[in-house]
Amino acid sequence: MNFPISDVHIAPIYLILVGFVVGVLGGFFGVGGSFIAGPALFGFGLPMGFVIGTDLAHIVGKSVVAARKHYSLGNIDFRLGGLMIIGTIPGVECGARIIEYLKGTAWINQVIGGTFIVILVFISAFTAWEGWATLKAQRAKAKENGSRDEKPAARNQKDHSVFAFLAKHVQRLNLPPFVRLPASNIKRISLWIVIGVSFLGGFFSGLLGGGAGYIRMPSLVYILGIPTHIAIGTDLFEIIISAGYGTFTHALKGNVDILVALVMHTGAVLGAQLGVALTPYVSGPRIRLAFFPLPLIGAAIIAHGLISGHNVP
Amino acid sequence: MNEKLKSALRAFVPEVLVHTGLIVAYLVTVLHFLGSWLYHLYKENRETYAVVALILIVVQGIFLEELAHALLKLIRPKEPSSGPSHQQ
Repeated sequence: MNFPISDVHIAPIYLILVGFVVGVLGGFFGVGGSFIAGPALFGFGLPMGFVIGTDLAHIVGKSVVAARKHYSLGNIDFRLGGLMIIGTIPGVECGARIIEYLKGTAWINQVIGGTFIVILVFISAFTAWEGWATLKAQRAKAKENGSRDEKPAARNQKDHSVFAFLAKHVQRLNLPPFVRLPASNIKRISLWIVIGVSFLGGFFSGLLGGGAGYIRMPSLVYILGIPTHIAIGTDLFEIIISAGYGTFTHALKGNVDILVALVMHTGAVLGAQLGVALTPYVSGPRIRLAFFPLPLIGAAIIAHGLISGHNVP
Repeated sequence: MNEKLKSALRAFVPEVLVHTGLIVAYLVTVLHFLGSWLYHLYKENRETYAVVALILIVVQGIFLEELAHALLKLIRPKEPSSGPSHQQ
C-alpha cells in the first residue's frame, strides 16, 4: 500500500501487527512503545524524520484508550500529571528543535540511532538488575517471616524496590516550593524535582519520538518513588500531553504521516486494552523485571538498520 | 491460569471483535475518502493538517471505544461485567 505523504510503500498488516504489539506493551507497562515502533517504522522504510512524528501521532490515540482504562482502575495521579506538564512541554520543544537542527546535517540517523541504542541498553540493564534484586529480597523476607501464604492480590498491591533509598533521599531534598501527592503516598517532594523529571521525559519524547515512557516510567518509580501501578497510569496520562504536543509540532514541521499512524493505531487500540486488562494480576517488581527485554529488542533492530543500511521487510 | 483472569479474558473477546470491526470500517472510510484530501492539506496548509491529524487520531481512540461499549451493551445487556479490567 502506498502512503503518499511520506512516499513509502508498506504492507498495512505489518503496521497493524506492530501497532498491536506496542499497544499491549503500552497498556501493560505504561510506555508509548516507541522503542519497538520507532525501529520497526525505520525498518519498513519510513525516513527517520517521519518515524518520529508518525510514531508520536499513533501513540496519542493508543495512550488515550489505555489511560481511560487505567483511570477506571484508579491508577492515575492527576495532581502529579498536571504538575509534570510544566516540564514536559518545554522538554518536548527542546527535543524537537534539536531534531530540526540535525535534519540539516548528513548524520541525523547515526546521531539519533546511536543515542537511542545507548539509552535503551542502559534502561534494560538497570530494570533487569533492579527487578531481579527486589524479587530476590522479597522472597528472602517472605521466607524469614513465613508469610508465603499471602494472597496474590494483596502481594500485587505492595510495591517494594531495592532502589527505594534513592526516592527517599530525593523526597528529603530541601528545595522549595514543595508539593504533596496523596494519591501516590508522597507527603512532600520538591516541585523542581517533579519538573526536572518531566522535562527529561519531554526532551527525549521530542528528540527520539514516542512518549518517552521508557525514561519517564522508571524515573517516576526510582527517582520520585511513585508506586509502579500509579506510575504506569500517570505516565500514560503524561504521554497523551507530551505526544499530543509533539504530534502537533512535528506535523507543523512536516514530520507526520497521519495515514501510517491511523493504520498502526487500529492494532494499537486493541493491544492497549488487552495490556491494561492484565496489569491487576502482576506485581510491581515483576512488571519491572518483565520490562527489561523490550528496550533490547528495539536497540537490536535499530543497530541492524544502521549497520546494514538495509530495511527490514 | 487463574479463574478470574480467564473470565476477564473471556469477557474481553467480544469487545475486541466489535472494536476490530469498527476500527476497520473507520480506517477504510478515512483512507478512502480523506486520503487524497489529507495529502493536499499536508502539501498546502500545514497548520490545518496538524490540527486535523491530532483530531483524527484522538477521535479514533475515544469515539470508537465509546461506540464499541454502546454496541456491547446492546449485544449482551444482561451479562454481568467480570474482572477488574471492565469497570468502566
